[in-house]
Amino acid sequence: MSKRVSIDPITRLEGHGKIDIFLDDEGEVAGAYLQIPELRGFERFCVGRPVEEMPNLTSRICGVCPEAHHMAATKALDNVFHVDPPRAAKKLRELFYSIFYATDHTTHFYALGGPDFVVGPEAPAAERNILGVIAKVGMDVAGRVLKMRRDGHHLIKMIGGRPVHPNWGLPGGVSRGINEEQRAEIEQLGRDAIEFAKFSLQVFDDLVLGNTDYVGLITGGVYTHQTYNMGTVDENNHVNFYDGKIRVTDPEGAEHAKYDPVDYRDYVAERVEPWSYLKFPYLKKVGWKGFVDGKDSGVYKCTPLSRLNAADGMATPLAQAEYERFYETLGGKPVHHTLATHWARLIELLYAAERWVELATDPEITSREYRVLPTQTPTEGVGCVEAPRGTLTHHYSTDERGIVTKVNLIVGTTNNNAPICMSVKKAAQGLIHKGEVSEGLLNKVEMAFRAYDPCFGCATHSLPGRMPLVVNLRNAEGDVLQTLSQFVD
Amino acid sequence: MSDDTFEPKIVGFLCNWCSYRAADLAGSARIKYASNVRIIRVMCSGRVDPNFVLQALSQGADGVMIAGCHPGECHYINQNYKTMRRFIMLKHVLRQMGLEDERLRLVWASAAEGQQLAEAVDKMVDEVRRVGPLNWRQNWQEDVDREDALQSIVKEREELMEVVA
Amino acid sequence: MTDNPTENQPATTDQPEASKPKGKLALYWAASCGGCEIAVLGIHEKILDVAAAFDVVFWPCATDGKVHHVEKMPDGSIDVCLFNGGIRTSEHEYMAQLLRKKSKVLVAFGSCAHEGCIPGLANLSSRKEVFDTVYRETSSTENPDDLRPQRETDVPEGTLHLPVFYDTLKTLDQTVPVDYYLPGCPPEADRIWEALVAIVQGTLPEPGSVIGLDSTVCDECSRKRNEKKIRGFKRTWEVIPDEETCLLEQGIVCAGIATRAGCGALCPQVNSPCIGCHGPAQGAHDQGAQLMAALASVIDSEDPEEIERIIAEGIPDPVGSFYRFSLAASTLRRSKFGPSAAASSRGKVGGEASNTEASHVGATNE
Repeated sequence: MSKRVSIDPITRLEGHGKIDIFLDDEGEVAGAYLQIPELRGFERFCVGRPVEEMPNLTSRICGVCPEAHHMAATKALDNVFHVDPPRAAKKLRELFYSIFYATDHTTHFYALGGPDFVVGPEAPAAERNILGVIAKVGMDVAGRVLKMRRDGHHLIKMIGGRPVHPNWGLPGGVSRGINEEQRAEIEQLGRDAIEFAKFSLQVFDDLVLGNTDYVGLITGGVYTHQTYNMGTVDENNHVNFYDGKIRVTDPEGAEHAKYDPVDYRDYVAERVEPWSYLKFPYLKKVGWKGFVDGKDSGVYKCTPLSRLNAADGMATPLAQAEYERFYETLGGKPVHHTLATHWARLIELLYAAERWVELATDPEITSREYRVLPTQTPTEGVGCVEAPRGTLTHHYSTDERGIVTKVNLIVGTTNNNAPICMSVKKAAQGLIHKGEVSEGLLNKVEMAFRAYDPCFGCATHSLPGRMPLVVNLRNAEGDVLQTLSQFVD
Repeated sequence: MSDDTFEPKIVGFLCNWCSYRAADLAGSARIKYASNVRIIRVMCSGRVDPNFVLQALSQGADGVMIAGCHPGECHYINQNYKTMRRFIMLKHVLRQMGLEDERLRLVWASAAEGQQLAEAVDKMVDEVRRVGPLNWRQNWQEDVDREDALQSIVKEREELMEVVA
Repeated sequence: MTDNPTENQPATTDQPEASKPKGKLALYWAASCGGCEIAVLGIHEKILDVAAAFDVVFWPCATDGKVHHVEKMPDGSIDVCLFNGGIRTSEHEYMAQLLRKKSKVLVAFGSCAHEGCIPGLANLSSRKEVFDTVYRETSSTENPDDLRPQRETDVPEGTLHLPVFYDTLKTLDQTVPVDYYLPGCPPEADRIWEALVAIVQGTLPEPGSVIGLDSTVCDECSRKRNEKKIRGFKRTWEVIPDEETCLLEQGIVCAGIATRAGCGALCPQVNSPCIGCHGPAQGAHDQGAQLMAALASVIDSEDPEEIERIIAEGIPDPVGSFYRFSLAASTLRRSKFGPSAAASSRGKVGGEASNTEASHVGATNE
């Protein structure tokens, strides 16, 4: 009778999950399973609703990336109603989306990914959070992170109505545009965001790439899997978050497929296991061979790392330079080291900020032509975007009054369900021996999960009991007038 | 699903000026009619908030009758048009919630129409008897044993290996 | 209403050791989307003041505390627990009972815990219907053995457990006694801050209260209002509304008329109607009933056939429109189960437009 250890719940991520680890008689890991113990049933209870409500209904799938669902739903509405939004509307949507992306990636890196690297995977639990990061790199960082998140949510509210769960997308456009005063503020904050992204990449360089232990961790075998990679690309095969074709490359980097979102069912299918409420997508043309790596296995990943692997480059200059440096450093494409996802995420952050400024300075962005009314009878449509955690697919059918009759959703993190299970098992088997299990070791198993940024980052703060803090008050010349501190030894 | 011994419980909201007087008239004229309706007198059928209907249905009533003055004859001029509109709204909601149309009736009766009100009551009672008891709160029961499900969690957690900090 | 704190507030200069001991704070999510967690962080720099006043003893999204840590805490040792999310599974119920036992004050935080929110719309279905859709009927699902998630699954190494998915989604107070409610999907940052201040200063209202504003969204909305006489409702996709006039007057179903204030009427500012996410106004228990009554008042018709048409065409999904966020907390809570329910168009909307007419006593037609 094997012994069972449970990590319940898994923490510092979104949603519910538990990891059950079975030890054999020698105390080695016989098996490890990541179970998702809940379901809410959007694919069922959205049936019967007026289809124009879908952006608001589906945004409640996730409160960290509601903008992703709102946008995928809005694009699906365009297709359901067979209406093409004006060009300005599409630019507005992509601008809004870029702002959201920059904000969300910031949240993840500084609260989730960052701590495991900056403070170290073996640091005490109480330090493995944003406050530990601050203690290491300073209050200055905290201020910049706070500003980035505050700016981002401020603009999301300005454009989309609310900071969480916007109410903005419609078939044929959006409910309101922006004026020149708003545009100017958006542009300025976008330029700040570019500087912040560059700064974040510098933080990563100094603290992670400059540390040989961490480089070993990233490139080591425990957290590496050779799978297919999926992402959305534009007509130049550059990463695009808002629109394009879906491209899948194999573990060696060759293109396996490139398709329009509407054809997704020819390429992706979902399996069911009785021990998890979450389904397991896989590549149909390769087939399901189990929770295994390799070119013959239909398991695929959909993460910032995958998006970079599946594309040929980035569409903006600073991000492109980083993209090239990334692959040079790690030995070429594709990169399969899961922990490198944290770096890839920062490159995407930079691209999002550059794209933000590009769109904010587009002459059409303040156009009053942000919406046209549909004229055709609604039928069926698919809308896809890249959610920060992976390709997001919304597919609706309606009756002739536009009442939803069928819904199919493949959500970002769901794409990664199988590889995450594999990563967790591999980490458990590599780390736990002779029946010796401690909370610290279990956290290292969790790190295998966290690298995928499963949908939730707890943003700027996690709150241990005693926050070490130093504040220096300086005069105009920069001299320190007074130092205030608490809990600093 | 009908039950021969089932006697429907119907809550009736009758307006003071017309339909309640009609019920009074039926009473003083010794007209025999089904006794299943529990009558609540309101000053006007327009007083009936949709929530009164929902509360009645959720708390054990098998049906609800709202009775008011004929359109154009409302003591308060035109409040019974509000009743009509609310009734139609409620009908749509209740239908979508799976309740049979027979369980909510709107009846217009003037003070002189005691016999006709009695017949309307008999008719509704028959119809509700046919569709069967509502027993609304049974809908809230789970088909699994919740205590057992919670105990499974406790047992499952007890089987776990202790982990040191 | 302020938009964002614009000043970068430095850390408080008080030395916490000198002031009273920190309270213990827990945050937990049941069937939720995580938006309430993000909303808490929407107070931005003020989170440092929260950190100064509280030790966070359990917050799965942010800290590494596990369930077994909570189980070992003394009863009542958590001063405040902010519990968001609805009760969908037996695990959620277990956690609600556990946190109720360990907490002095339990707050139903956000629409899901308060009234069920969007996932409450699953109360128009049963577990079987949800599972059949998710695990069999969705177009990309390949499930040749028609598997469903099981309470227990034997795998080669042992047995795996999953909690039970209940037929009906419940609110927190339908599960355990609740001390306070903070409405909104999610609650807005200013309301959250006010509630946290009230908790720390001990100025909370009576237990059982909703911590929120008294009036409706209309009070916060700056659109111009005239007399409302609606002859038809329009769906948002078929009309471009005037930016200054009340949306309801333009025939768009705006739930603001029956929704608690607190958000600043944000959605109408971007030309979208209020969808009712803060729940019913103070004093109203059933938001749908409140909205039905309000809309019935503004429909400008006395002809039953016309009224029927206005409603059937303009509001094709009455339960979804009136109870979008509050179905689980409504008077009826869920739709009817059983064969007679299937016969009367449960799950289908619009149904047969049969007999919504009043009957005149003595009339021979039905």
